[in-house]
Amino acid sequence: MANLTKTNRRDFLKIAGTTAGGLFIGFNWASCDSPKVQVLTDEEVLSQVHDFNAYLSISPTGDVVIYSPNPELGQNIITSFPMVVAEELDADWSKVRVFQAALDNDKYERQVTGGSGAMPHSWERLRKAGATARHLLVAAAAAKLEVPASELTTENGEIFHKGTKKFSYGEMVEDASKLTAPDEVILKDPKDFKIIGTPVKNVKGKEIYTGQPLFGLDVYREGMVNAMISRPPFGMKIKSVDDSAALAVAGVSDVIVFKNNVAVIGESTWPLMKAKSKLRIEYEPDGTVESSFDHDRIFKELLDSKDAKVMRKDGDVETAFKNAAQVITSEYQCPFLSHSPMEPMNFFAHVKGDRAELIGPTQTPDRARMETAKLLDIPTENITVELTRLGGGFGRRLAADFVVEAVELSKILDKPVKVTWSREDDITGGAYRPAVRYRFQAALDDQGNMIGYKLRGVGINAGNSTRENNFPSGSVENLLIENVEHKSTITTNAWRAPITNFLAYAEQSFLDEVALAGKKDPVKLRLDLLDRAKNDPVGEIHYDIDRMRGVIQTAADKSNWGKNKDVMQGFSVYFSHRSYVAQVANIEMENGQPVLKKITAVTDCGTVVHPTGANQQVRGGVVDGMGHAMFTNMTFENGLPKQRNFDTYRLIRMKEVPEVDVHFVDSGFSPTGLGEPALPPTGGAIANAIFAATGRRIRTQPFIEQKEFSDIKLQIKRT
Amino acid sequence: MANFKLRINGKEHQVDVEEDTPLLWVLRDHLGLVGTKYSCGIAQCGACMVHINDEAVPSCTLPISSIGSDKITTIEGLSKDGDHPVQKAWTDVDVAQCGFCQPGQIMTAAAFLKKNPSPSMEEIENVMNRNLCRCGTYHKVREAVATAAKLK
Repeated sequence: MANLTKTNRRDFLKIAGTTAGGLFIGFNWASCDSPKVQVLTDEEVLSQVHDFNAYLSISPTGDVVIYSPNPELGQNIITSFPMVVAEELDADWSKVRVFQAALDNDKYERQVTGGSGAMPHSWERLRKAGATARHLLVAAAAAKLEVPASELTTENGEIFHKGTKKFSYGEMVEDASKLTAPDEVILKDPKDFKIIGTPVKNVKGKEIYTGQPLFGLDVYREGMVNAMISRPPFGMKIKSVDDSAALAVAGVSDVIVFKNNVAVIGESTWPLMKAKSKLRIEYEPDGTVESSFDHDRIFKELLDSKDAKVMRKDGDVETAFKNAAQVITSEYQCPFLSHSPMEPMNFFAHVKGDRAELIGPTQTPDRARMETAKLLDIPTENITVELTRLGGGFGRRLAADFVVEAVELSKILDKPVKVTWSREDDITGGAYRPAVRYRFQAALDDQGNMIGYKLRGVGINAGNSTRENNFPSGSVENLLIENVEHKSTITTNAWRAPITNFLAYAEQSFLDEVALAGKKDPVKLRLDLLDRAKNDPVGEIHYDIDRMRGVIQTAADKSNWGKNKDVMQGFSVYFSHRSYVAQVANIEMENGQPVLKKITAVTDCGTVVHPTGANQQVRGGVVDGMGHAMFTNMTFENGLPKQRNFDTYRLIRMKEVPEVDVHFVDSGFSPTGLGEPALPPTGGAIANAIFAATGRRIRTQPFIEQKEFSDIKLQIKRT
Repeated sequence: MANFKLRINGKEHQVDVEEDTPLLWVLRDHLGLVGTKYSCGIAQCGACMVHINDEAVPSCTLPISSIGSDKITTIEGLSKDGDHPVQKAWTDVDVAQCGFCQPGQIMTAAAFLKKNPSPSMEEIENVMNRNLCRCGTYHKVREAVATAAKLK
């Protein structure tokens, strides 16, 4: 059994206390609903708990402490992870209190928020953690009562013998914690779940709604200095720096030039913002300095390049296209995008000789530690990483650039440092969603059946811009998927639902074009292709045909697909991050104008652990997918984005969202991921509905900057 | 540097800062009131919303020298125990995803409902449209404001 040591717990309290900028005040969120519960402070509980495993400790008072190891950025894993542990424990949820665990590779295997992978990875582990503790509590009670454990039952934190309450968990904790944990435990039958599948409130809700210090930007430490950094345009390096005006700003103590960056240092943030704008930095090219018109040229060239990498090839594509009754070709393009979480990048670092203390918002604490170890040339075990709550991430916080610069400054200054990025730094600072252009081609026979399919993706620092084994691969006799990558000085990184965030839109729009050309209903086209993949698969199939069919049929059903002539609909379905989501967008005409009113989203993500959280993941994913498809653009001039803040970098707002009607398919699978899968289908559903309503096909994002879109004057309403 | 006396959440505070310092940074860096968030710095997102007297105002572009004796309320001072009707509604509806924008959303909503206790959905949307939420909790924000109006 892995144990939390007393020392670790004290360290945790110390850090939590100081991170909060003052006294760490325990808050039992459950007390809102149950005023009769006597509330101990967190310190009181933590000082007397017995540890069962890395996730779970219980105090003799019956208070249950659950540690959530994964970074919390709004996916609400900090509520859903503990729900799973508490479920198998048969805990009284009102006595559960939850803490964010620090990075600890001995205790936890995957302290990462990315790839919608937390719940799929941890589901069994969390269940075992709760079930093991329950097993030990029951064993201790059985020994005390001198009855077989099989005669005991548990419910709501209490142990019963033949229906009579004998002990609370608290009374058995001391005995139970001395027993050896079994290797195997019996897990509950899902039909007996009492906590999983219920609308449990966010365990950090109260702290969020009262403005408590939770986020990286809220970290203030004794002796800490603040830093802001001026970073170079892409493809440029520093030629000269004149810091005299910056240093003259009251409250600025230092200006430090390091690794092509210029940092301004001081006690508080505002003087640094002023000083940063007064830095006179001259840059010179250091590689290729690109502008958006360069990208347009590059896309054109590479779409016709002979040097594409073949990602998948089935059948005889050349012959299929030669024999086709009809060939359709279409190109789709998206811009770079900044992740722009509401909390800009920031991190706290304190380098003390060969040791380092890191605190802040990161999706990958282990990467933060490894890159720090590499930079400082010290062992990883000398580095601690505390996780704050993340004010959003969307993939930007998978990187560690914003960590190591804080580490480097702390080392140079020999002081604790917090680096804060301004919004402009955050938007212009890189690691974007790559810009991509796709060319799709379909060969149809005289019945309108797709006998050949070609996709070539050209991405700028996109890696593989295709998902060669996704649908429709496996359902088309002759298929060719190719990728070409252009290496650029503009940095890119995973952006929520990497690649598929745009590929799904392009592919699902193109399939709509295929349906139209073949005179088929778009839903039937997809179902026919899936039938082909099921009955006579072409090559390898990497998706679950039945689950995909399940969401398609349910979405058609829930949206009344094709049933109402006054409602113009667009269909889209996508498989990503192990889950399946189908969406239907509804447009109605009012006074001759198209109005986007509703998006129906049907998801199969396996077992839904936390229904309110899951519902919001889907709605939030739809809003995110829609906002970036419709409104957000990023263009470059001489290595710098022209959009620098939310006045020009346009994010979706409340009045721009339609109703989102969310449904889940109960497929009986274990949880298969939900942070990302709802985003990819949205743009395609909307674009297909726009086509159905207006005959305009929008192939470039953001929609709002395309003439074919502005002509139609689409409105958005909730009801 | 100049000395400013401020009335924040019913208490007097004194700070010694440059007169162009935005209230946001005085709250965060000098007074430890970090519930008011920095996100854009140009009054576009609403994460830094506070009340000046009873008006919701973005604090990121509000110079400290312009405040005088006006009464400042931050998210920390909106209620004693997090039990303002708007905060209760946010809990009931379980609004937050990442939560970073929510103090600002709550401050915008609280000032609005004080002036307009029984708003229509359209009025709610017109007001809340000024606050950005990157996670996309807009449906829940809208529902929570409507819920708060009923709780009052």
